[in-house]
Amino acid sequence: MILTAPLAALGRWVLAALASVGRVTLFALDALSHILRPPFYPREFLNALMNIGWFSLPVVGLTAIFTGGALALQIYAGGQRFSAEAVVPQIVAIGMVRELGPVLVGLMVAARVTSSIAAEIATMKVTEQIDALVTLSTHPMKYLTAPRVLAGLITVPVLVGVGDVIGIWGGFLVGTGQLGFAPGTYIKNTWDFLEMADVVSSLVKGAAFGGIATVMGCYHGMQSGRGAQGVGRATKTSVAAAAVLILAANFLLTNLFFTS
Amino acid sequence: MIELNDVHKHFGPKTVLHGVNLTIPKGESMVVIGGSGTGKSVLLKCILGLMTPDAGTILLDGQDVARAERDAFLARFGMLFQGAALFDSLPVWQNVAFRLLRGSLARPKLEAREIAIEKLRRVGLKPDVADLYPAELSGGMQKRVGLARAIAAEPEIIFFDEPTTGLDPIMAGVINELIREIVVEMGATAMTITHDMSSVRAIADKVAMLHDGIIQWTGPVAEMDASPDPYVDQFIHGRAEGPIEAVR
Ligand SMILES: Nc1ncnc2c1ncn2[C@@H]1O[C@H](COP(=O)(O)OP(=O)(O)OP(=O)(O)O)[C@@H](O)[C@H]1O
Ligand SMILES: [Mg+2]
Repeated sequence: MILTAPLAALGRWVLAALASVGRVTLFALDALSHILRPPFYPREFLNALMNIGWFSLPVVGLTAIFTGGALALQIYAGGQRFSAEAVVPQIVAIGMVRELGPVLVGLMVAARVTSSIAAEIATMKVTEQIDALVTLSTHPMKYLTAPRVLAGLITVPVLVGVGDVIGIWGGFLVGTGQLGFAPGTYIKNTWDFLEMADVVSSLVKGAAFGGIATVMGCYHGMQSGRGAQGVGRATKTSVAAAAVLILAANFLLTNLFFTS
Repeated sequence: MIELNDVHKHFGPKTVLHGVNLTIPKGESMVVIGGSGTGKSVLLKCILGLMTPDAGTILLDGQDVARAERDAFLARFGMLFQGAALFDSLPVWQNVAFRLLRGSLARPKLEAREIAIEKLRRVGLKPDVADLYPAELSGGMQKRVGLARAIAAEPEIIFFDEPTTGLDPIMAGVINELIREIVVEMGATAMTITHDMSSVRAIADKVAMLHDGIIQWTGPVAEMDASPDPYVDQFIHGRAEGPIEAVR
């Protein structure tokens, strides 16, 4: 008995975890199916585009530029140890485009967008606005979830693209201003080194992370418990879940793209 | 006609509805009374399919609502939620005209706005409220916007969950009259929850008393005062002593 109790607890935990993975997967598939089937709500979609894409630009830009700059400094310092400081442009480019751009943008979107989606939908749930939607013959998955998920799938790759460019630019500023690289060579080295596969992987990651961030926000919002506490818990869980899933998905996608 | 047969609903260990039987004839106004927390709102939500009963059947015109085509079914209903449940991302008039701006009942924006303003007028709100957001309104005003939204598409069946709580006595009188008008003039079927006995007398054709998860008494409003049922007697006279325990 004493020996099996922890095992039973572990088993219960695993079962619960699997069950929630199943629920989230079904929710995501349901959301995707609603993106494809009318009625569509273009107004909601435009709002979501603005909120997820446009208003995230400042945060994404600032994150990327500081990261790109710091990356250049680190690579220079590390490269000096074996006289390889000339590789700064190449490593900054590959680091930003393949990993840091998508991951940082994904995490920033999780912080900014997932939390606000979850809080908004959870509040709607708690104040019976979701029930009201249903009685007004409007499907909450179509009206609330589908536009946000579609906007995430479309705008986050764009944000990642912007983040990649600004990050490289941050590296360029530090490289040319502080580390003595010639601007022309820096740009040429960056450009020559990057491959199509790097850019494609970056954008695919962006789409995946955009999907994860928005689905987690909607799912946890819809699952919210009652009262202000329910909203708080939904928001917290959605951000944590989105961040962890984004990092896990990043690992899987990196494996998929770059190990042959 | 709405028929509830032996409807049960529980949340965890707590049984809320315990075999509710009730018939609401077409074109009549049914008022449900009962203490706070007895499951009146849950009852409405079960009929609308927002909650699924654990047992029992709910029929609308003889057809099981659980198997009805959802869109067509819901298009026949209007609902005022207890907490108004206005969409706070939309201005007041778009809340009222929500149904008229999308879906099968969609019409031009200007026309929808005009209808919304007319419905707002009927619940005693001025046209300048139309462009405010729900958060800018008082509780009683929000309630009336919710009422305007429930009647905007002129549904056949309307549920009002405490339409007059939070209103001053004059406005409550206006709303009672409005509900009565909707039933008499539009021939709508209405089901109203209220704690306000003057509302009951103004609105009801029939009254049902919910307590301990079942309908304790139901009958025409005229017979309510003479009802032999001790629960009804205690409730309508607001006595602290009786079969309904006041201290729980
Ligand atoms: N979603 C829910 N989850 C858990 N319990 C619930 C839920 N909805 C209602 N209940 C419980 O069901 C009971 C009845 O609730 P309901 O809202 O129907 O009461 P009511 O009769 O409308 O009361 P009031 O007159 O105060 O509005 C309450 O005890 C409430 O705690
Ligand atoms: Mg209630």
